Amino acid sequence: MAATNSRSCLQYLIHLAHDHLDFRLPEIKALLSLRGKPFTPSENFKEKCPFWCLEGLSEEDVCSVMARSVCAKSAFELWGHGQTHSELRTSLLNYPMENMTPFMRKDSTYRINVYTFNKTLEFADRIKRIDALDYLPFEGTVSLKSPQHVFCLLEDYGTDPNNIPEHPDYIYFGRWIADGQRELIRSHSVKNRHFIGNTSMEAGLSFIMTNHAKVKENDLVFDPFVGTGSLLVACSQFGAYVCGTDIDYNTIHGKGRSSRKNQKWRGVDENIRANLRQYGTEKMYLDVMVSDASKPVWRRTAVFDAIITDPPYGIRESTRRTGSNKDMTKPCDESHVPVSQEYHLSDIFSDLLNFSAHHLVMGGRLVYWLPVYRPEYCEEMVPLHPCLRLISNCEQTLSSHTSRRLITMEKVKEPEELDSLAHLSDPRFSPYQGHNAFREKYFSGLNKKCAKEDNKSNNLSQ
Amino acid sequence: MKLLTHNMLTSHVKGVIKGYPLLIKATEVKVNEVEFNPQFVSRMIPKLEWSALVQAAEELGQRQDLPSDLVPDYETNEEFLKKVHRVLLEVEVVEGCLQCPESGREFPISRGIPNMLLNEDEV
Repeated sequence: MAATNSRSCLQYLIHLAHDHLDFRLPEIKALLSLRGKPFTPSENFKEKCPFWCLEGLSEEDVCSVMARSVCAKSAFELWGHGQTHSELRTSLLNYPMENMTPFMRKDSTYRINVYTFNKTLEFADRIKRIDALDYLPFEGTVSLKSPQHVFCLLEDYGTDPNNIPEHPDYIYFGRWIADGQRELIRSHSVKNRHFIGNTSMEAGLSFIMTNHAKVKENDLVFDPFVGTGSLLVACSQFGAYVCGTDIDYNTIHGKGRSSRKNQKWRGVDENIRANLRQYGTEKMYLDVMVSDASKPVWRRTAVFDAIITDPPYGIRESTRRTGSNKDMTKPCDESHVPVSQEYHLSDIFSDLLNFSAHHLVMGGRLVYWLPVYRPEYCEEMVPLHPCLRLISNCEQTLSSHTSRRLITMEKVKEPEELDSLAHLSDPRFSPYQGHNAFREKYFSGLNKKCAKEDNKSNNLSQ
Repeated sequence: MKLLTHNMLTSHVKGVIKGYPLLIKATEVKVNEVEFNPQFVSRMIPKLEWSALVQAAEELGQRQDLPSDLVPDYETNEEFLKKVHRVLLEVEVVEGCLQCPESGREFPISRGIPNMLLNEDEV
């Protein structure tokens, strides 16, 4: 009776990578939500700190989160913690013995690791710390190579690399449960991918987007601005069947100029399908099509489990849609290539939200990047839709005056006739109109910088 | 192009009311082996317009013994799911075109990729 009670009050320590800080909490929350569990941090939770203590979870929950997370490095069953080694000792001696003994048996093997955040420790000091834990009732034998149980002493020396304290701010001790999926960042690096473009999404962020979208096995995922398929690669990795569209014929067919430095033209095996084949997920490939996202080709009742995309910002890839400002009196003949006109940024997003409201399953998520001109940004600019609830908004700075925000929305209501026009009267529709000028503002920032430097060199030469 | 995708596509030519399903005129069809995943097939069946799937498979000469109506309790009927899996994911149109049933407008398919772009005078 006592054993089950104490196991259900277990705390888990998640050690997170100190990278993409804003994106971590939405990722962990989304992955816990896939397990139907809430995010319940212990008291003194600090979001920017690399160590989070969570409650109300089972070991299976933690393993499931770690099987998907690229933000989390490792997870531990927390046995003790404190601000000093003395406090840690007290905490560990208070930890129920029946929770320790299954992992300390005489016939088992173990090792203890020492990890220090924001400080390098000499080997001798590591050994000292391990030896200082001799008050713990370890009965098994130490095996450095392949221990059955791994324990970890973790010391947090704060987040200021220019001001490293002599003693840690906080110390934790726990039993290692699982590592996260950060290896995917290396194994799926765009550098080694068969088929890339100028704006292919980096692996880490692709997987973060997949997690924010709560993609799960056997889902049907769609990317309306698919480009070279980076987001489809990530989603297929986690068991989703994927499809996408793009207005650019050459990109979809894998033709045209290469984005690689020493390669002029794309090779025969360079296309989205080949990318999935490279990572062993070709069976998740459904289709890609040449299509204009502003003119969807799906029947009204076609629905996806998730829509994940990186629309063009009009900087390195142009924003286009079919259409012409000219008066069309003569019909086009067969060999005619469709003329495109500029697809205004605010239209891209209102179309995307409207499309998602109609073509997501209830509870399905839309995850997309919103380019932002920082000096004028305010939260009211994030596009809204009556059928979609805003879940998260994470900023990635691109330059001093630009950034992009990863927006996650969840479908909570089915659209009725009124809703597709409702946004026109919504005051939030207009603030982003100004962002049609994102391209101009982006380049004006650069021009100002160049003008300043020109003036400087002119002054110097005088 | 796979038939799962085709089942969800519709003609978006301006003014067209009955643009679904698109007719398939294939000049090259391939049947690949794709790993059978009964859970995925079961999940997709409710999303399908069954008669359009049967019609498309028929157009390609790949219907085999796919029934005209959905079988009840298909989730546990592995034999049936395998038939559906084959037409949804293994049959692919490599070359040909999709035709709007109302306007007759053709959308080419080349190297397995449909081109759904309309010309400026059609939008």
